[in-house]
Amino acid sequence: MKKPSQFDAIVVGAGPSGNAAAYTLAKAGLKVLQIERGEYPGSKNVQGAILYAKALEEIIPDFRDDAPLERHIIEQRMWLLDENSFVGTHIRSEEYNKPPYNRYTILRAQFDKWFSAKVREAGALLICETTVNHLIMDGDQVVGVQCDREQGDVYADVVILADGVNSTLARKAGFHPEIPAGNVALAVKEILFMPEETIRQRFNIGEESGVVIEMVGRITDGMTGVGFLYTNKESISIGVGCMLGDFKKNPNRTSPYALLEQMKRHPSIAPLIEGGEMKEYCAHLIPEGGFHAIPQIYGNGWMIVGDSGGFVNAVHREGSNLAMTTGRLAAETVIAAKAGNLGYRSSALKPYKTALDASFVMKDLYKYRDMPAVLHKNPQFFTSYPDMVAQAARTMITVDGVDKKTKEREIFASFRKTRKLTGLVGDAYKLWKAIR
Amino acid sequence: MHIVVCIKQVPDSAQIRVHPVTNTIMRQGVPAIVNPYDLFSLEEALRLKDKFGGKVTMLCMGPPQAEEALRKCISFGADDAVLVTDRAFAGADTLATSYALAAGVRQIAKEQAVDIVFTGKQTIDGDTAQVGPGIAKRMGLQLLTYVSRIVETDLENRTITVERRAEGGVQVLKTSLPCLITMLENTNEMRFAALPAMIHAAAYPVRKWSKEQAGIEDLDKIGLKGSPTVVSKVFGPTPRSEKAEMLDLETSSLRDLSLNLLQKIFTRHPTLESDLLMKEMT
Amino acid sequence: MSQAPNSPAAAATPAKRPAGRRSVELSDELKAYKGVWVFIEHDRGHVHSVSWELVGEARKLADTLGCSVSAVLLGGPDEPLEKFAAEAFTFGADKAYIMQDPVLKGYRNEPFTKGMTDLVNKYQPEIFLLGATSMGRDLAGSVATTLLTGLTADCTELKIDPTSKALAATRPTFGGSLYCTIMTLAYRPQMATVRPRVMLMPPADASRTGEITYDTLGMVETQIVTKLLDFIADANSNKINLPYADVIVSGGKGLKNPENFKLVFELARVLGGEVGATRPCVQAGWVEADRQVGQTGKTVRPKLYIAAGISGAIQHRVGCEASDVIVAINTDVNAPIFDFAHYGIVGNAMQVLPALTQAFAAHLAQRRRLVA
Repeated sequence: MKKPSQFDAIVVGAGPSGNAAAYTLAKAGLKVLQIERGEYPGSKNVQGAILYAKALEEIIPDFRDDAPLERHIIEQRMWLLDENSFVGTHIRSEEYNKPPYNRYTILRAQFDKWFSAKVREAGALLICETTVNHLIMDGDQVVGVQCDREQGDVYADVVILADGVNSTLARKAGFHPEIPAGNVALAVKEILFMPEETIRQRFNIGEESGVVIEMVGRITDGMTGVGFLYTNKESISIGVGCMLGDFKKNPNRTSPYALLEQMKRHPSIAPLIEGGEMKEYCAHLIPEGGFHAIPQIYGNGWMIVGDSGGFVNAVHREGSNLAMTTGRLAAETVIAAKAGNLGYRSSALKPYKTALDASFVMKDLYKYRDMPAVLHKNPQFFTSYPDMVAQAARTMITVDGVDKKTKEREIFASFRKTRKLTGLVGDAYKLWKAIR
Repeated sequence: MHIVVCIKQVPDSAQIRVHPVTNTIMRQGVPAIVNPYDLFSLEEALRLKDKFGGKVTMLCMGPPQAEEALRKCISFGADDAVLVTDRAFAGADTLATSYALAAGVRQIAKEQAVDIVFTGKQTIDGDTAQVGPGIAKRMGLQLLTYVSRIVETDLENRTITVERRAEGGVQVLKTSLPCLITMLENTNEMRFAALPAMIHAAAYPVRKWSKEQAGIEDLDKIGLKGSPTVVSKVFGPTPRSEKAEMLDLETSSLRDLSLNLLQKIFTRHPTLESDLLMKEMT
Repeated sequence: MSQAPNSPAAAATPAKRPAGRRSVELSDELKAYKGVWVFIEHDRGHVHSVSWELVGEARKLADTLGCSVSAVLLGGPDEPLEKFAAEAFTFGADKAYIMQDPVLKGYRNEPFTKGMTDLVNKYQPEIFLLGATSMGRDLAGSVATTLLTGLTADCTELKIDPTSKALAATRPTFGGSLYCTIMTLAYRPQMATVRPRVMLMPPADASRTGEITYDTLGMVETQIVTKLLDFIADANSNKINLPYADVIVSGGKGLKNPENFKLVFELARVLGGEVGATRPCVQAGWVEADRQVGQTGKTVRPKLYIAAGISGAIQHRVGCEASDVIVAINTDVNAPIFDFAHYGIVGNAMQVLPALTQAFAAHLAQRRRLVA
């Protein structure tokens, strides 16, 4: 016998996607219960972290008034590293230094706390230290959740699953299969203290502006992955992540932590973080399957948002903005369903997928749908290419009496030797196809 | 029966770090929790309520965020919660705090007479253990600190008998109500909140009182003004110049290393060897 | 305290402070408070050592201030308070105030608070120290509130500030990560509590004597609401006296499971020492709470402290860093314990402890044979 709903919606999880959904719903006057398994919102979350303003603006337009933001990003560096050098592209523009700023570095602990306070101010109820064990079904309709506390059943018209990359709820309910190991990356990260003055001088930035460095190459020890370094107000976030499956297969058995330590010692990176004192260390899984790994995201009385739906654009390392956008779109779907008295069957919740498909979220994921597989099957992008490119750059730039034409020939020869002409052409084609 | 439980919201000191460069306390990102010692007192109060019926009212003097701590107590089973919050309380030491809380309890008692006031033994951020005794003194309540067990509560005759931890044993004390009790840690285990209680607490309208609503008239007795103690400086511990002399297990056998260590210890502490020899002989 | 406008005293009255700022200047009346007092805690015929540690500390403060040290003794008529006073003199006290009354036999908050506050109001000490024990903390909070004065608890250091001549009381804060120095500038007496074993036991000078003053409490049993029905002593066979042990072997979570604690007990046995533990071990129920060393446990200062499987977090560090010799065993070379230990071994405690036990046992046995 189905019990009456106590809430319009239950949101499982208080990360960015859960908060976006709960906030949007509460603001529209719906009764929302948000259930978080950690001690406080954000306690289970880890991110680089970069906040993409646009996604948050669409939820809280005036977030800049009181959100805890570290630095707005004015320079992006993309580096290709071999053992002891890097070849990079830097983009810095004064345009980025004009408000409203487009990207900020943030510290997740503070940011999540702020976002959650907003959610509660909007009228949603939040309970923490409570884990949802499974969904309650009435026939084929989700009507509530069962939690790990006494009298732990609570009922709602819709359940929005925002329970992150380790989500088991949808899987347990049979809505989608387990994420294969190939589809997640394991990332580790440290926050290093550094006096504000030092950060400003080392990175040539002002009091509030910041730099982002993204790195690919030997730093991932032959595995598919990426490293990053972000400047916060008084600290540096530095981390690296690789495909979980790659860690398992790596003949060197390098642990994620060891990988990060190695990276910190790289001659191009070490001087930037010198004197930094470790304040925090954490690790997390990141969905990397891309488009092909996205499961069924809605059904009778349920929807999936954020990492638990695999909404991460690994190529551009965007995750939290997709999370917030999916949360918002899911909420808007529920609001419309309630207003239009449409009920909460699949058919009523389908607009969520429609909206998602029409948004940058699915469009970007679709565009890069083959990238995960391509990168995975072509480790040379993380090994030979960084080596060759670095070598080529060094050859070209070193002035040693050899004429430039000879140098060019040398470079081409070394490329062909390493990858053969067919290999080079093939690589270029694969990359082009994956990006297109 | 009407019991008032006073709590404080404190930063989780287990997670507090000192900024290695500026030597200040880093509070950002450190979660605020209910002072753990207060929970033992709250659990005891709830047990009395289970036994005798009645009401448990929470009281806290703190900033607006302390509302969260009070909600947590509601989820455990407290019936009502009052947050006395006002800028004027800032900088209060224990004397000023006990003044404000005593006023709060008196105000609560106007609505319904209070039989017992519970406070925590001490806070993890101040460690002074002074507020409980302070409230008792100001309100003329009998004071029972370090209570390890409530032996008997006789509501009809208005008496209570407790065991109180002292050096080398427990005192058995009997006094009359109303009284103030601080519970020793680990004397009970806090119950788990059921889901309906969690939801009820999340929605509970915690009462907020300004200093006027709390019945505080003498502004010289609260906040910084009412605090005889002044913090004149805060500093980090001087790091020890010498770190440990490391003995290497890689280069010598465990046996050799042990003998080596003994030699070093006895050389460093000339009387230790004879002290140890003396011991075994007695 | 009003003053006639033309009286001589009026001219000496300090200028009226703007409303809203708190007083940090000592009134003339309070400036007259002199002397350092120590509450002598005793029970069933025995004085708690912390009282002597405080007399020693009081002596240093009094010498700086150029005033006297007084011991305060409250108790029942058949308790040996004169004997305790004589002992106090040997440790450095100049005077003793004794208040004896049947209602003061066995500690109770009400009569002790009245007795103390009456004595303070009558003889006006500038500093009053108590041990941070169950009795001391109970009494200190009540007395400070009655006198409306400042009280600093759990101090690790007491000094006299050279300019103001006030007591500068330092204590740890935020779990021991930082220290703060607290002063009570405009109120008297300045009260402070100190935990056992934080201050050194002073040397005893048997030739020292002092002056005893007697006072009456002026309370009868019928006035006192709380009755002391009984005292149940702890089972003596299990008495753990960690703060005063001179050899302690301590275990932490690095020991992996409670069974491995027997290795700690074994080494302690060979050394004739006590067994200590970190808070996580106590909370996990591996050992009794009385064995906890640290900020929320006991402060110890043994001659030898061996820490096995202990990381050395600040909360534990503050409880044991005053030990004469600290030996640390930990598998993690970066463990903070190696920052303050004297000797360190990066290794598995489960192997190192038995090896040390054997080495100590063999060495001590051999030395004993030589002596015999």
